[in-house]
Amino acid sequence: MNWLNTIFILALAYLGAFLEGSFDLFRNLLGAQISLLPALMVYTSLTAGIGSVALLAVCGGLWLDSLSANPMGVSILPLFVIGFVILRNRDLLLREHRFAQMALGLAAGALFPLGTLFVLLNLGAAPLLGWRLLWQWLVAALSGGLLTPLCFWLFGRLRRAFAYPALRQSSFRPDREIKRGRQ
Amino acid sequence: MVLLVVVLLNLPTQTVTKLKLAVSGLFLPLFGLAASSREATTRAGDALLSKRDLLREIKELGASNQVLNLQLLQTAEVWRENGRLSQMLNTARQRPWKLRMARVIAREPTTWWRSVWIDLGSRDGMRTNLAVLTPDCFLVGKVQTVGETRSQILLLGDPGLRVSVLAGTNNESGVVISISTSPRGNNLMDLAYLSAASRIHPGDKAITSGVGGVFPGGIPVGQVVDLQPQDNGLSMAARVRLFADLTALEEVWVILP
Repeated sequence: MNWLNTIFILALAYLGAFLEGSFDLFRNLLGAQISLLPALMVYTSLTAGIGSVALLAVCGGLWLDSLSANPMGVSILPLFVIGFVILRNRDLLLREHRFAQMALGLAAGALFPLGTLFVLLNLGAAPLLGWRLLWQWLVAALSGGLLTPLCFWLFGRLRRAFAYPALRQSSFRPDREIKRGRQ
Repeated sequence: MVLLVVVLLNLPTQTVTKLKLAVSGLFLPLFGLAASSREATTRAGDALLSKRDLLREIKELGASNQVLNLQLLQTAEVWRENGRLSQMLNTARQRPWKLRMARVIAREPTTWWRSVWIDLGSRDGMRTNLAVLTPDCFLVGKVQTVGETRSQILLLGDPGLRVSVLAGTNNESGVVISISTSPRGNNLMDLAYLSAASRIHPGDKAITSGVGGVFPGGIPVGQVVDLQPQDNGLSMAARVRLFADLTALEEVWVILP
């Protein structure tokens, strides 16, 4: 299931990057675009290994940057750092709880644009900064918080659909067995 | 991971452009799917239009066509006169624009740049630094990156795009640059580098000056909203509201060489 899980994660990242560029409903409705990648990174770092986290950071980052005016590779590092930090501390996190998932998604959604901006500014680029960015940052953080539990739910359904069903506990009890014949 | 990022960020510009086009090429099947589903939706919508509406529209179009034909005749005469005068004054005559319609297929996913992708590429005659207009012929931006089947357009308001314009009745020259302080900064731009003696008023129109060689002169850019002194009165800066609605771009004209 592990490799299948990684394939699903990458497929969703690919679709998410495309929708971020071409789906305008949230952009027109909220005045800001929502991003699936931070939520997906939270899910990946809580359920998969370092390989999947690195793969998602590289592929997701490159896909996002290819549709944007960002320099190629700018989004990789912030995504990877978010995933790596969560991965290192995941034994301390209550990953099954919706609230924990939302809190992590919120933090990841808020940190991803900040991290990308930090890298951009360090590269000497002059991105468009202003008050408007605050609203867009808020939308990004909230969308991260809402999309993370959704990712867990979706991948839970996928896992159940593709994994072998768990063996039910038998109702047979050896101490209640009727023994035939003399012993 | 850090090494990979460092290598990627330090690649030569040409290699980065090629890499960007190659990676974004992975989305081509989805772009195709989106375009065909949009087309199918439009076709389904067309099929639902009533015959009466269509006939009324044909009648209206016929009437507007007659008016346009008259205007075309007048324009042709003015064009000929312009040519004669240019010849007499020995100045270069402006050639008519060769326009090509393109469809917007993707928008900038991040919030700190302004760009869109269109469905024309090098095989359609596209190259970098071509001017892009709305269907109403207002300035939108310029071509930044060109792939074989698609191109990236840098929109007005992006920090990487500056447009030389003329504004006001006296044709004061200035430069339209991005504005970052406005909370509703979607279609408001700064008109900077105006002289202190500028006689620009709110409501004056700004058009491209033609200086710089990227944008032909005379393309409407926006309307002056307000004006204030800068650098202790040494220069003036105005705010310009763009004519083009950059958030609702679906189709654009590209001015081909």
